[in-house]
This record gives sequence, structure tokens and C-alpha cells, in this order.
Amino acid sequence: MNGSAAPAGARASDRRSRANAFAARARRDFPALQQEVGGKPLVYLDNAASTQKPDAVIEAIAHYYRNDHANVHRGMHELARRATEAYEGARRKVARFLGAADPAEVVWTRGTTEAINLVASAWSHTFLGEGDEIVLSTQEHHSNLVPWQLAAARAGARLRYLELDDEGRLRLDRLPELLSPRTRMVALSHVSNALGTVNPVAEIAEQVHAAGALLLVDGAQGAPHLPIDVAALGCDFYAASGHKMCGPTGIGALWARRELLEQMEPYQGGGEMISVVERDYSTWADVPHKFEAGTPNVAGAVGMGAAADYLTGIGHAALAEHERTVLEYALDRLAAVDGIRLFGPPADERCGVVSFLLDRAHAHDVATILDADGVAVRAGHHCAQLVMKHFGVPATSRASFYLYNDTEDVDRLVEGLDRVKAIFG
Amino acid sequence: MTEIALSSLYQQLILEHYRKPRNKGVLPGATVEVHMANPVCGDEIRLHLQLDGEERVQAATFIGQGCSISQASVSMMTVRLKGKTLDEALALAARFTEMMHGSREAARDRKLGELRALQGVSKFPVRIKCALLGFDALQEAAKRVRSQADGPAGG
Ligand SMILES: Cc1ncc(COP(=O)(O)O)c(C=O)c1O
Repeated sequence: MNGSAAPAGARASDRRSRANAFAARARRDFPALQQEVGGKPLVYLDNAASTQKPDAVIEAIAHYYRNDHANVHRGMHELARRATEAYEGARRKVARFLGAADPAEVVWTRGTTEAINLVASAWSHTFLGEGDEIVLSTQEHHSNLVPWQLAAARAGARLRYLELDDEGRLRLDRLPELLSPRTRMVALSHVSNALGTVNPVAEIAEQVHAAGALLLVDGAQGAPHLPIDVAALGCDFYAASGHKMCGPTGIGALWARRELLEQMEPYQGGGEMISVVERDYSTWADVPHKFEAGTPNVAGAVGMGAAADYLTGIGHAALAEHERTVLEYALDRLAAVDGIRLFGPPADERCGVVSFLLDRAHAHDVATILDADGVAVRAGHHCAQLVMKHFGVPATSRASFYLYNDTEDVDRLVEGLDRVKAIFG
Repeated sequence: MTEIALSSLYQQLILEHYRKPRNKGVLPGATVEVHMANPVCGDEIRLHLQLDGEERVQAATFIGQGCSISQASVSMMTVRLKGKTLDEALALAARFTEMMHGSREAARDRKLGELRALQGVSKFPVRIKCALLGFDALQEAAKRVRSQADGPAGG
């Protein structure tokens, strides 16, 4: 390599052509991306809301239903055995994907929202008392706020907030003063869905544990983009959603340290989660099944397992390199758009999410006009009203990238914004 | 979505009301004031109506923030409301709602005045609620005025 001799421009364009070749290969795996919208090839930039699905995931779900479906952990017959193996096999895949040594530490949920609700309900039941404190941040998605508001109201506990700086980073300099002997739980996102900010979880975990509290990480936007190793992150709970990482909707995972799961009361009661049922009491199944009442979303689990395999096959390093290239290109091009306001930190501190506002046109009008051009973005508060309040805006437009997006998608976005300006002046 | 749909959505008249809204501001001595928001997108308006003894709108103003469609719609609505009785105002709201749901006949109704410029919104289902925000506030205002007039035991 003679990287240091090549001019910076040439290196950047090499990286861009590599990123575009990478995206072109990936795009072939995603049938939904082979369509036109508004007479133009679809440019899907709403990945932070939900990603598209590769054939490998769609086929895994179809294969399961065509061949192996029965209820799990119940029947004594062949299909029940296969379904159970598919379900538990998927749990092992997702455990590996999250860096968890013990698959029993992975509880299936409907998604990140249910994973957080599970902890806020089952953990708080035993471990949160009157006058205790929970530390959150104003960066959080509503699903990492509202469950804690409910839990705090039930327990008589108090919520405290870590604020953001002007670029949407956590004000970690304030963390020591927020952590008190009453702090029981700190719940923060790994990556902000509204801004893309990547938070230094390992560093936070150390401080939280030194204060004698636990750390829950909302990994809805972390798991799809970053290599996850829960042991290295040092957190106590990690929540993720299948649909944001190429998997199906209606499935997600909660990883938690085994001893915590063992100490927690069940979340819901029903079949599957019990050991012995008497008239007045029951005893619980072992973890993780203690937290999985009722017939689970087996096909969803199979799909999320296939998604984990798919992403592992792509490789996290390659994925990160690709996303960084597209993100840097997007930030450069968008920064040059007249009258734009960009939110969030520099490229090396964020994932592929760009929130922005144009001075003349409202975020919704921007999204409608882009949609007419076949460019799908999100407009609104992104379920992060505290982030909007922090920046004093009611809404932003948000473009979010994934493995199948390339620099031409960014060009289409910028062309669409020119169109907005032509209409709104 | 076609070019034509987009240009019919963003008519000049709509952009003009968006840039220079009419009747924007508070209304001291308003008979009724209603706050209406769309929690999904953060659009919001506060509608103020001043009515005389015959339930006739003497003045209508609003303050608010949001997309061009919600703000232009409420701006046009306030222009149209002046001098109307509450019943006439509600009939206007009903007619406008019909237009949003695709009625061509409603879209030709001169009673809607400038509001007809918003007919293109009906082709953009996700934006219909933006256009209706002001009218939702109007309906809520009418309800409040009437429940007050009926007294606490009324209705
Ligand atoms: C940061 C973050 N947390 C939580 C969630 C909730 O995820 P789900 O709706 O899949 O439960 C989302 C998704 O919208 C998110 O982006």
C-alpha cells in the first residue's frame, strides 16, 4: 500500500468506490430494494426506523413454516423437536451475535421496547424502592423513558437526567454528580436513533458499577451497526430489536447477566414459564424460560437468528467501514446545502444517521417531496421528544444508512433537497 | 408519486399562506381558545375565536408551528371564518373534510374559497391530518362554546 503517497482526494474516492461496490453486492440480497417508487429506483434511507430484509431471512422464516413448525418445548413428536431446536438454535446465534457466552442469558421479547419494559417491571419489582434513583438521558427513545417513568411512579423512585451537549453527546462530565448512593439503575442508549451519537458504554459502565448501580443499554441502534460484546461493554442488560438488524418485526432480545435474571421475579405468567403449578402458587422454570410466558414467536426467533448469521457473514468490520464512508460523504454533501442545519456529532462519533432541517421547509414537507422522488426518509420527533426539546425544534428530517446504501443514494437525497428548495424558495 | 400530484400539493397559494400566514397572533378577549396538536409530527396550533351574541365569528386568529399544509390550512380557515355563525363554520369544516376524503363535488364548492387550493392533499393520505388540524381545533372550539352555553348540567 502506498496510502501515504496518494493524494487525499484519490484515497477518498477509492474508499467511495469500494463502498459502492459493497452496497451493490448487498443490495442484491434484498428483494424490496429492487423496486421503483415515483418512477425511480427506491432509495431507502429510513433504516433507523426499520431495515429491509435479505432473502436469507425471508427464506429462513418460510422454510421454518413450510417444514418445521409446531409448538415448542411441549410436544413429544418430530416437528415439536425440530421447532424447539430451531427456536433454541436461534437463541444460541443471537447470544453469539451479542457476545454472550451463555445462551440462557438471552430472553426473547417482542423487541427492544418489551425488553426494557421487562426489566423496568420485573427488576424494579424487587430492586427499586421509595427514594431510589434511576439515571436516564435526554437522548433516549421514548421506549427507554416511559417504562422507567411508570416504574418510578410505582416505586416512589426518582428520575434524574444526563443532559446533552450542543452536538448531541452525553454530558459525561456531569455523570459523577448524578450518581448517588441512591442510584439503582442507569439506562442509556448505545446509539441515539435521532442523532446517531455513539455513546462510550464501557467507560460509563465502570462509573456506574463503581457507584453500585446497574447499567441497562438500549441497543436498538447499536446491535445493527456495531460489533457487540456485552462482556466488553460491561453492561448488565442489553436490549435489541430484530427488525432493525435485517430480521423480522415482533422479535427482539434481552441479554442480562444470569444472576440478575435469576433474582428477578417473572414478567408475565402463563404456560412455558412455570415449573410446578399448585392451587395457590407456582414455581418458575429456569432462566430464560421464566421470562417467556406463552407460545413464543418461534418464526420471529428463527428470522432473527438468520439475520444475526447474515450480518456476521457480511462482517462487522466491513459493515462499519462501509457505513463510515457513506456517512462521511453524506455529512460533506449535506453540509454544503444552502440553509441546512445538521444535528449530531462528527462522523467518528456517530453511526449512519443524519438529522437535519432546512430553513425554509418543514421536515414533513421535505419528506413528502423526497418521497415523490423515490427517496424514503423519516420526518418527525423520532420518538425522542427530549432530543427535539434539547435542540429547540419540533421535528427533524432524518436519513439513516445501512449496508445497501451508497454514495449515489446520498446524491439522490441532495438532489431531492434541491427540489425542495425549488418549491419552497 | 407523480410530478403533477406534487405540484398540485404545493400550490403557490399554499406556499404564500405558509410564508405569510393571515390572522396570526393572539386574540385578547377571545371567547374560546383551543390548542390542538398532532403528536405524531409535532405540528400544533392554538386557535382563538371571538364570537358575538349570535354565535357569529367576529375574529379568528391562530398561533402555531408546523408544516406548510397545516399552517396554510389554518391560515386560510381563519380568513374564511370571519362573519360566519358557528353552524356555518361547522358546515365548512364538514365540506372541507369531504374534500380531503376525495369528494370532487366538495372540491368544486365555492363556499370553500381559497381552501380549495388544498384539494391536492387528498392524494397524500399521510398529509390529510395536517390539513385537518385547524378544523379539528374549530370543532373542538364549537363543542366547548356550546357546552358552556348549555351550562354544566346541559347536554
Ligand atoms: C434507540 C431506540 N430504542 C428503542 C427503540 C424501540 O424499538 P422497538 O420499537 O423495536 O421495540 C427504537 C426503535 O424505534 C430505537 O431506535
